[in-house]
Amino acid sequence: MSLIDLTLAQARAGLRAKTFSARDLTAAHLEAITALNPTLNAFITVTPEIALAEAEAADRALAAGTAGPLAGIPLAIKDLFCTEGVRTTAASLMLETFVPPYESTVTAKLRDAGAVFVGKTNLDEFAMGSSNLTSAYGAVTNPWRRAGDDTPLVPGGSSGGSAAAVAARLALGATGTDTGGSIRQPASFCGIVGMKPSYGRCSRYGIIAFASSLDQAGPMARTVEDCAILLGAMAGFDPKDSTSADIPVPDFQAACTRGVKGLRIGVPREYAAPGMPDEIAALWHLGRDILRAAGAEIIDISLPHTEYALPTYYIVAPAEASSNLARYDGVRFGRREDGADLIEMYERTRAKGFGDEVKRRILIGTYVLSAGYYDAYYLRAQKVRSLILGDFTTAFARCDAILTPTAPSAAFAQGEKMDDPIKMYLNDIYTVPASLAGLPAMSVPVGQSQEGLPLGLQMIGRPFDEETVFAVAAEIERAAGFSARPAIRAGVSA
Amino acid sequence: MSYTIEGKTGPWELVIGLEVHAQVISRAKLFSGAATVFGAAPNHQVSFVDAAFPGMLPVINRECVAQAIRTGLGLDAEIHLESRFDRKNYFYADLPAGYQISQYQHPIVGRGVIEIEGADGTTRTIGITRLHLEQDAGKSLHDQHPAKTYIDLNRAGVALMEIVSEPDLRSPEEAGAYLRKLRTILRYLGTCDGNMDEGSMRADVNVSVRKAGEAFRTRCEVKNVNSVRFVMQAIEAEAKRQIAVWEEGGVVSQETRLFEPGRGITRSMRSKEDAHDYRYFPDPDLLPLILDPAWIETLRADLPELPDAKKRRFMAEYGLPAYDAGVLVAEQASAAYFEAVARGRDGKFAANWVIGDLFAALNRTGRSIETSPVSPADLGALLDLITDGTINGRIAKDVFEEMVASGEAPGAIVTRKNLRQVTDTGAIEQAVADVLAANPDKVAEYKAGKDKLFGFFVGQVMKAMAGKGNPALVNDVLRRHLA
Repeated sequence: MSLIDLTLAQARAGLRAKTFSARDLTAAHLEAITALNPTLNAFITVTPEIALAEAEAADRALAAGTAGPLAGIPLAIKDLFCTEGVRTTAASLMLETFVPPYESTVTAKLRDAGAVFVGKTNLDEFAMGSSNLTSAYGAVTNPWRRAGDDTPLVPGGSSGGSAAAVAARLALGATGTDTGGSIRQPASFCGIVGMKPSYGRCSRYGIIAFASSLDQAGPMARTVEDCAILLGAMAGFDPKDSTSADIPVPDFQAACTRGVKGLRIGVPREYAAPGMPDEIAALWHLGRDILRAAGAEIIDISLPHTEYALPTYYIVAPAEASSNLARYDGVRFGRREDGADLIEMYERTRAKGFGDEVKRRILIGTYVLSAGYYDAYYLRAQKVRSLILGDFTTAFARCDAILTPTAPSAAFAQGEKMDDPIKMYLNDIYTVPASLAGLPAMSVPVGQSQEGLPLGLQMIGRPFDEETVFAVAAEIERAAGFSARPAIRAGVSA
Repeated sequence: MSYTIEGKTGPWELVIGLEVHAQVISRAKLFSGAATVFGAAPNHQVSFVDAAFPGMLPVINRECVAQAIRTGLGLDAEIHLESRFDRKNYFYADLPAGYQISQYQHPIVGRGVIEIEGADGTTRTIGITRLHLEQDAGKSLHDQHPAKTYIDLNRAGVALMEIVSEPDLRSPEEAGAYLRKLRTILRYLGTCDGNMDEGSMRADVNVSVRKAGEAFRTRCEVKNVNSVRFVMQAIEAEAKRQIAVWEEGGVVSQETRLFEPGRGITRSMRSKEDAHDYRYFPDPDLLPLILDPAWIETLRADLPELPDAKKRRFMAEYGLPAYDAGVLVAEQASAAYFEAVARGRDGKFAANWVIGDLFAALNRTGRSIETSPVSPADLGALLDLITDGTINGRIAKDVFEEMVASGEAPGAIVTRKNLRQVTDTGAIEQAVADVLAANPDKVAEYKAGKDKLFGFFVGQVMKAMAGKGNPALVNDVLRRHLA
């Protein structure tokens, strides 16, 4: 098997057995990036020199027996994580030349574990989008193609660059961030596994903020176990993030082998809304069958406020974003467009630095927080948000995990859904409720659409019960045996 | 005590409320570890959090919270076990994040009181509405370059307490007394140094006027007044302006104004219509601030004795009149100095020397009580020399001046300059006889009934004895000789 087709767990075993070196493993992935990134545009910045130096350091550590758990593993880092000395853009022109003088906690933990960073992956600008079409550095192309159709498809978003890189074998795993589905939806579109942990499980320190009460970092990889290994290294309390949870990090990898016998799996009836495509409905049924066959009990549950989740999300997230993005004013760092006075400098800087979707969300957010509208929008949204959390709390009194589709469709073509932002926002319909409730949720590839594109199922767990989510995901992964591979992947075609 | 301003239509009452921004004494800023020392080189006390770099997050500084609680306790206020931080959004070049983290709806401290004292000695209780914690902004420097503005972020993120009073104040003097009292309390607590000239205490003044018996009329806010004197001047100027508006048939509109000390007027800064929409909302980067009642009790137990309590104790324990006690407790250091002198001595006697001679000497030499050239122990020793009759009060004044000048101990000065009081009646008899013999005409006048001349004879005798005669003995001997 070629080095780039290994799972992260296999690569780790191979490195420890000295079957190959970390340098070889990293070089193989860098070579794949060189071959495929011009097509996929998954990376904004590739850091081959740093990666090779880190790989050599990993080899020394492996030889000396001091290697960390991720020693020599090539990872792609979403370009929303600040990396010391390496340009970090958030896919925005605003930060085109921004080189952070500090490292995010999550990437620092991965580095401490010995991981090798091959580069910074593309995303929707400031993580706002579900398609990767809003990146100022060009769209990411999904490595998958519809059967018999060469139309470029979107990888989903916002962590689309990370998803495409992992799917196309440009890295063994990647970091993503998820605010309303930004890990899970691209994982589903690209046929990989993505986990959004509980809010507070991973530190947000050094991650460029979109919506602070929703943003969470999480792993993306080709197997559930690989995600569990990565999350183990990423998670943990951080005194530099006041919203980080001071609770121990369990052994996620071990949870993957627990099985689902005796678990009660909730299926929310509100998600079965009319208009769900048949192939999505069929996939969801398949998931239930798999779990039932594995000894779980499938129960019908109700999450009555589901229909309000999306509008709530599109008030809360833009509100926080409008404030979070006020710091990009041209005064201290990043882009500056000079003006005759301070106001003109602000206007010109922000007009040129931000793309349309970012501007749209800043406008929405500013509006919903304005005097006279605050109560009707922001405050009401916060109340609905607690009702949605209440729905889950009630449901979890009866079940241990919840099973839903990840996205309402397979990957769509670049250019589709561009006429109407609301249509684009509907991509998040199944992922947003868990985000609003701060719950761990994961997407696992289970099947393919009639056009041969990957489709994922989502499993949602209780707060800080990622272990059950991993157990359910691993069971579905084993039984579904998803083995299709994207058309564009390293070693195949360009 | 009702203060009014006389207008064309008769007397007007003033209604005044103060919002004081007090910079918290702490080593680090409210949400970052950067230092807070005054006077550092520009942008040398700035963390990435203060400069609002991407991905940076605020973490509350426990000591700043403790300071707010201490202040709340010092103002006899409710401490809220749960409070929250909100974002106040507006763009300005010295506001790095584009929002200030403040407490809007749920402040850490609720209702409290401050007792103020009028010039006539009467006291009034002024309500405190709330105290909340917030970040300070940076500073824009417009005078460093002809076309550019420079930004200094040293102050950005420093913790402030905003202390809001009820509209209970009724005169510029009361507002001044309130500010001075608040400053005294903050200094006692060690929660704010109260230095208005360094900007660590600033006041926004809300002023309205009304006729007796009326409800409140529209108020205006005079922003950022930076001395007690200016606050008092600004109130008077603003009240007079409003009275003129009302009396000319106009309507005072709610607005924010600035005081121009040079011209003694306030001018409009922005109207209510132009007021910012700050888009307050709970800061999602921070959890609600939950306080442990046990911690509050620990802080309460460690509070110093506060000025009101100390004043009452000085009156009871040392028999001081209210005025003396008030003067002594205005600064903690003066109170401590006084107590060191008064302990084991006559309290009123000690107070007279501290308030009179010592304060005069400090004033004259431009020194503070902390850098006094005369230590409390030396001043006490001087008092003892008077009390035990070693020197008389007249000589003591000279000795004290010598102590101020040289820092020498009083006993040493008395010995070196041979200033001991003469109690030898023989020497006094001789001096008296000499003086009377030299002034037969005055003796004759005295005996003819001009009693006032007795003082003249005492002065002459003391002069002859270089001031060292025991005054009581000199009086006795004189009286006997003149009988």
